[in-house]
Order: sequence, then C-alpha cells, then structure tokens
Amino acid sequence: MNSTREVTENIPTVYEQMIARGVSRRDFMKFCAWMGAYLGVESSGIAQIAKAIETKRRIPVVWLHFQECTCCSESFLRSSHPIVADILLDKISLDYTETLQAAAGFQAEEILQDIITKHKGEYLMLVEGSVPLAADGCYCVVGGKSAIDTVKEVAAGAKAIVAWGNCACSGCVQAANPNPTRATPINAIIKDKPIVNVQGCPPIAEVMAGVLVHLLTFDRLPQMDSLGRPKAFYSRRVHDTCYRRPNYDAGLFVETFDDENAKKGYCLYKVGCRGPSTYNSCGTIRWNNGVSYPIQSGHPCIGCSEAKFWDNGPFYQRLTNFPGFGIEATADKIGLAVGAAAVGGALAHAVLTNVRKRDTIGEQPGEDNQKLDPNPTAAEDPKKS
Amino acid sequence: MNGSINGSHDYARVYVWEQPVRWFHWINAVTVIVLGATGWLIANPPAFMSETEASFSYWFGDVRFIHFAAAYVFTANFAFRLYWSLVGNKYSKWRNFFPLRRAQIRQIGDVLKVDILQSTQKPVHTVGHNSMAYFTYAGTGLLTVFQIASGFALYAPMSESWFPALFTWVMPLFGSEFSLRIFHYAVMWAFTVFTIIHVYLVFYHDYVEGHGVLSSMVGGWKFLEKKTIAAEEASGISPYPSKPTTPAPVAPTQVAKIN
Ligand code: HEM
Ligand code: SF4
Ligand code: SF4
Repeated sequence: MNSTREVTENIPTVYEQMIARGVSRRDFMKFCAWMGAYLGVESSGIAQIAKAIETKRRIPVVWLHFQECTCCSESFLRSSHPIVADILLDKISLDYTETLQAAAGFQAEEILQDIITKHKGEYLMLVEGSVPLAADGCYCVVGGKSAIDTVKEVAAGAKAIVAWGNCACSGCVQAANPNPTRATPINAIIKDKPIVNVQGCPPIAEVMAGVLVHLLTFDRLPQMDSLGRPKAFYSRRVHDTCYRRPNYDAGLFVETFDDENAKKGYCLYKVGCRGPSTYNSCGTIRWNNGVSYPIQSGHPCIGCSEAKFWDNGPFYQRLTNFPGFGIEATADKIGLAVGAAAVGGALAHAVLTNVRKRDTIGEQPGEDNQKLDPNPTAAEDPKKS
Repeated sequence: MNGSINGSHDYARVYVWEQPVRWFHWINAVTVIVLGATGWLIANPPAFMSETEASFSYWFGDVRFIHFAAAYVFTANFAFRLYWSLVGNKYSKWRNFFPLRRAQIRQIGDVLKVDILQSTQKPVHTVGHNSMAYFTYAGTGLLTVFQIASGFALYAPMSESWFPALFTWVMPLFGSEFSLRIFHYAVMWAFTVFTIIHVYLVFYHDYVEGHGVLSSMVGGWKFLEKKTIAAEEASGISPYPSKPTTPAPVAPTQVAKIN
C-alpha cells in the first residue's frame, strides 16, 4: 500500500467526499459507530475507523456484473443507512459499475481500462454474478468481451476481490444441476488473489457495507472462515441466533404451515428449515433495517448463503433428495430399498441354505450327521472327507 | 450329534477373540445402535403435540446430547481397536483386513462361491474371520472413519474443544454443511444394511458350520478341527505372529523380524 498515495493522489478521501456532499461531522461519527458495531470491533476501534476514513485516500473500486439478478446491488441500495446507499455505493466508491454508472458504451469501457491500468495492483474488484464457461463463455458478454476474459483481465491487477452473493461465491441458481452454461464462481477461476466471499442471496446490506468499510478503512482482509466468508458475519449459523431455538431444543415443531404449531411460532425444522446448517447473520442483523427475517415471518431458512442450496431441495422437506439418484430419491427411499433387499436376500438365502446344504449343516469335514453311526468306534467315513 | 464326534475328529478349542476385541465389538454394537437411533430421531423428530412451553422441555436437545456423547465413546472405542490391531493376537492384526495376498483373494472367491452363491459345497473353514469378512470389516472401518470425520466436522461449530476442531477441513470438501449432512445421514443407512447382513451371516455360519461363531464374540473361543487349524496355518491366511504371552527366548531371527 505504500504506492497508493502517489497513484491516487488526485482522489480525495472518503471523508472529504462525504463532507462535500453535506454529511455532518456528527452523522459521520454515527456512521463509524454503526459500522464498528457490525464489524464487531471494540469501541476503541471506532476511532480507528473514523481516522481511516478521514485520512486514507480511498481505494478505487470496480464492480462487475455477470450472470446475476442484481439482487445484491438492490440489497445494498436498500441499506437503511444513507451513507451506505447514497455515498459509499452510488457517488463515491464506485469507479465502474454497469448498473449505476452514468457513463455508457465506449466511455464506460474506457473508464474500466483506465482504472485497471492506472491503478494496477491498487483497486478493489467487486463481482456480482457467476461466470459461464460453457461455449467459450458466450452466455455472458459485456462490451464485446466475455465474462471470463473480463474477470481474468480485471483480477490480474486487483488488490483483492469481493465476491458478492451466492452467484459469485458458489454459482447460485444458474449453477444448479445440470448447470447448462457451466456457471462458475469466482474462487474457482481466480486462484492467486485474496477473495472475500460475501454469501447470501442476496447478502444483507449491512453485511456488504461492513465488508466494504473494513476493506476501505483497515486496508487488510477481514478474518475469514474455511469457505472464505468474513467471520464477523458468517461465523454463526442462523440456528444459533434464531429466536425459535428454544422450541427446537424442546422438540416443538411446526408440522405443516397451517397448523396450530405454526401459529404458536414453533421451530420450522420439520418444514425444511436450513438454519441448522446455514451460516449467516439473519438472526442478529435481520433484514430491512432489522425489521424481520424469513423465519420471523414463518418461513423456513432455505440456506441461501450456502453452496448448492438450490440442489439440496425440496426446500420444504427436512430430508432432501440424495445427490446422484435423481429427483424424488431421498436417502430414506434408497436406504429402505437396499435394507428391504438385504432382509429379502437374507430370507431367500436362508431358504436356499437349508435346501442346498441340507446334508452338511452343522457338520465338520468328515462328519456325517445324517446317518446314525452304526459303530461308534469306527473311524471316519472315507467318502465324506 | 448322533455320535459323530468320535476319536478321529480331533477338536481344539481356539482362543480367537481376546477380551479387548470382544469389548470393542459390543461397545461398538451398542454405540452404533444408539447413534443410529438418535441420528434417526435428529433427522425425523416425532410430532409430540405437547402443550408445554418450550422452557419446560428439552427432549430434542437431550437426544442430540446422547448422540454426541455416544459419538465420543464410538470414536475412542474405534481408536482403541486400531491400536489393538497393532498389538493384538494374529486374528485381530490389521493386515488381515486388507486382502493383499493371493491366498486371501482366493479365499474371498471361495467364500462367495460356497456361502453366498452356494454353487459348491466344499466349506471354507477359518479360525479367525474368513477373508471376505475381514475385507467387509475394512469397509465398515471406512464407514466408521467417515462417520467420525463428518460427524465431528458437523459438531465442530457447536464445540469449543480441540478434538472436533481437528475435523473442520472436512466440510469444505462437501461445499456446505447441508451437503455433508446428507452423506452423514446416508451412511446411517449403510450401517443399517450392514447390520442386517452381518447378523444374518453370523447366524448362518453358526448354523451351517457349528464352530460356535455366535458365542465366540462372548467367550472368545471357537471350536475347530485340528486339521482345519493346521491347514489355516499352512495356507498363510493368518500368518502374522501374535505377541508372545510368555517372554520367549530372544532368538536372533526374531529380533530381526521385530525390527
Ligand atoms: C454409527 C455412527 C453414526 C450414525 C449412524 C450417525 C447418524 C446420524 C444421523 C442419521 C444424523 C441426522 C442427520 C441429519 O438429519 O441431517 C446425525 C446427525 C449428527 N451426527 Fe451422527 N451418526 C454417527 C456418528 C456420529 C459421530 C461419530 C459424530 C461425532 C460427533 C456425529 C455427529 C453428528 C452431528 C453433529 C449431527 C448433527 C446434529 C444436529 O446438528 O442436530 N455422528 N447422525
Ligand atoms: S426455525 Fe430453523 S433456525 Fe430457527 S431454531 Fe428452528 S431449525 Fe433452527
Ligand atoms: S434465513 Fe436463510 S435463506 Fe433466509 S436470508 Fe437468511 S440465510 Fe438466506
């Protein structure tokens, strides 16, 4: 980062831009405290965030869009905090983003080239969407360039990569079986750059903002789990912070969506809740300015921040189809079939044994249990051994 | 036995399964049943339309606790058996489980012909398990390793302890915890199917061969013709010497072998 300063000399700090846009010092400090709380830093860390935003020249940011529905951008825009939506995303931090930039056509592509050449090694690359590899990448072409070429080109000079949402982290619905376009997540393409996977479909706005603020202010990667997700937001399962959890432990379950138990707010485990295997902050940060989250509205978690969640269906079933055995083949069906075959086989085998081995059952070699031995002192029957 | 046991059939009582092996077997049997049953309940909790409030009940939490507690016993027991396969008698040695020698592979073919297809009548008599059985137990050993690795990988996020943390690398191989759980669940069925076939075949062998296989896992002894025992020694199926129980005179060749 020592060279950032010279290269980005002409770029003001985030703080300067905020003030220029009429944010008061007080609102700025509130923003820092808010972000600090989400990032899980101690109160002394808030000063650090404020100082960083005040003094650090901001890092150039490129936001690429590929196979996606733009729900990640939408989620971010709906952040409850004006600084996030308006300033951080829209006006200040993004140098290139297909969805929101004013520039279009050649002008836009020029900006992109400009950033990746002038700020080589310094810019952040944010990716929304997966990259199709089938048919030479023709399923996603922007400005005449296939997604795969763009990803490789832009990633080459990026300082770090943020993969937004399930598409960029693990392919989401377009990568669901049979994945006709070979939709591929970023971490399967780029191996030599640090990648932060901000999972979810979409990720929670505050989580996205938190990760960006972390990268922009601390200038280093957040702590990540084994799947590359920032621990501050993905270290606990939805289940661990779910307010319905006492019902789970007590074995009180909703059986169908319209039963008495559903009205009582019992646990949604048996109607397919993926909370027990889904790492996300829905139970704590919640959605739409902390108003609610799916489980609070009576809908089970579908595991949207986990790889292959579309393939691990049906959503409303606790036990799902077993991979590789086609639709409607749960492990139970397969297991029962094989178990029944084992019992049937054993029975048939027992019958067969009594027929085929009738003469020798319970004998050692040389014995003949069928005949009464007429002469107990006689030696063995030579025919049998 | 209609007087068929006569002087010409020299029987020997062979001490096959040492006490530690037998303890392993029954602890394993009990923990597999407990893990299977509690695992089944975790996957398919029954509908108790109870009127109690959540704060008065914890049965599902208890079921899971029993699963995790049994899991530790299951794991420690298996680890002990691995150790015993190094130091136990020749019937419990690890090498029996891998059919690498021609005699073992031939015996697997014979067992399939004699006992499963029953296309030939010449029985396969062995002192320990037959090679087919040993090989099958290598398979259940693999299932056991998988259940332990996947189970502790699933358990790690709920635990502060170092042991489950050893298995955190497993989950990324499957992409998500949910995918891993499907396999952990399916292996429960694999254990169920194994148990059905295993119990049947033990009864089958005891019934057909009369060596006392069924009780051998209780008392440790089997009853075999001396000729059978001698034939097995000669066949090279179980040639690995057991640890001498009384200190044997240290012959130079033996020292060389041990090293
Ligand atoms: C014979 C061995 C075992 C069998 C048959 C077995 C069976 C099962 C089954 C059927 C489930 C339910 C899976 C689901 O519905 O998603 C389960 C869950 C689980 N098992 Fe096992 N298991 C075995 C060994 C172990 C071991 C050694 C561990 C190690 C700690 C373990 C830990 C777990 C955990 C953590 C869960 C998830 C429970 C939850 O989150 O509620 N299991 N097991
Ligand atoms: S509703 Fe889902 S996340 Fe909440 S306790 Fe039940 S299973 Fe866990
Ligand atoms: S509750 Fe589950 S499915 Fe819903 S948003 Fe959160 S992680 Fe995604």
